[in-house]
Amino acid sequence: MSIRLRSILTAAAFCGGALVAISPAVAEDGPTLTLTVKDHKFDQTRPKAVANKPFTIVVKNLDQTPMEFESKSLRVEKIINGGAEASFKIRALAPGKYKFEDEFHDKTARGELVVE
Amino acid sequence: MLGALIIVFREVIEAGLIVGIVMAATRGAPHALRWVVVGIVGGLAGAGLMALFAERISSAMAGIGQEMFNAGVLALAVVMLAWHNIWMARHGRELAAELRNVGQAVVEGDKSMAALAVVVGVAVLREGSEVVLFLYGVAVSGGETAASLITGGALGLLAGVVLSLVTFAGLVRIPSHYLFGVTTTLITLLAAGLAAQCVAFLQQAGVVDALSQTAWDTSGILSDTSLFGRVLHTLIGYSDQPSALQVVVYIATLVVIVLATRLVGSAPQPPRRTAPAE
Repeated sequence: MSIRLRSILTAAAFCGGALVAISPAVAEDGPTLTLTVKDHKFDQTRPKAVANKPFTIVVKNLDQTPMEFESKSLRVEKIINGGAEASFKIRALAPGKYKFEDEFHDKTARGELVVE
Repeated sequence: MLGALIIVFREVIEAGLIVGIVMAATRGAPHALRWVVVGIVGGLAGAGLMALFAERISSAMAGIGQEMFNAGVLALAVVMLAWHNIWMARHGRELAAELRNVGQAVVEGDKSMAALAVVVGVAVLREGSEVVLFLYGVAVSGGETAASLITGGALGLLAGVVLSLVTFAGLVRIPSHYLFGVTTTLITLLAAGLAAQCVAFLQQAGVVDALSQTAWDTSGILSDTSLFGRVLHTLIGYSDQPSALQVVVYIATLVVIVLATRLVGSAPQPPRRTAPAE
């Protein structure tokens, strides 16, 4: 525990540096958009979100196998085990289209978040 | 099969390049290869463990365990790279020149090698655990194609090994009096890029909120998911849509390492006759 704690503190201290104050996440998560993955496909391939407002994306992986939810433009990258789910706090976004995919199955599991 | 090959290779690129650079940077130093092997083996073992405990790591710390773990190991790699460069600024030239066989230099050198072994281990750990999980998924989902997908995965791994060797071979062709400067530069850029990645995980975890707006978007020109983009991503930390904070931290890391290296490198060397104190 102490080793992990120390490495986390090192990470935080190093990455944050003296440049930014480190504050724990504030509870303002906004509305939640839930995406479900089954048979390596997203249930919604063009979900919508409101521009300029933070929100939360929850990804539920209903398959047996792990996936890696990834979106460069949303800046998320996370492995989600089979049967597990993960949530992502998304910053306030400018209107536009933001692609996302399961990097392990990028042929079938991909979509585009429409922010307007 | 080709699909699996490409996916695995894409994951392995980063580790492959880092191993190649570290091998070139430590070439000629005592026990260098041994430390690189230690790093790779340690990283592989860690990757297996991490894949095994992926669920537990993910759900740790209220769901941000995976991000904090990634940020932690990346920060560790950054510190090790910075330390190596600073150490080399002080001892590298003498080590290469004449002190190679002096006992003290070997002991001190081992510390620096160990730092780079940690970097190799971290790179293999991060990429390796993703490969393990991907291949595991392919294996348990069964079907006739599983065997060919795993063959593809193995070939992808092999391609990563080849990439390491090509990087190494390319770097060591550089005349030896330039090689030191080149590897120092590469390691500095590598460290800055990893620091920026570390920040991305902290931002994803919501631990750091500041400066989260996108600094630029060059995904239309060069996507960092393309092959060349991935290579640049590792080598110089290229990102097609970085956050402002990533850019700030990238520059700050560069500045800190360069300044620290200059400072230590230009400090008067201890007289040769006396036993090295540090």
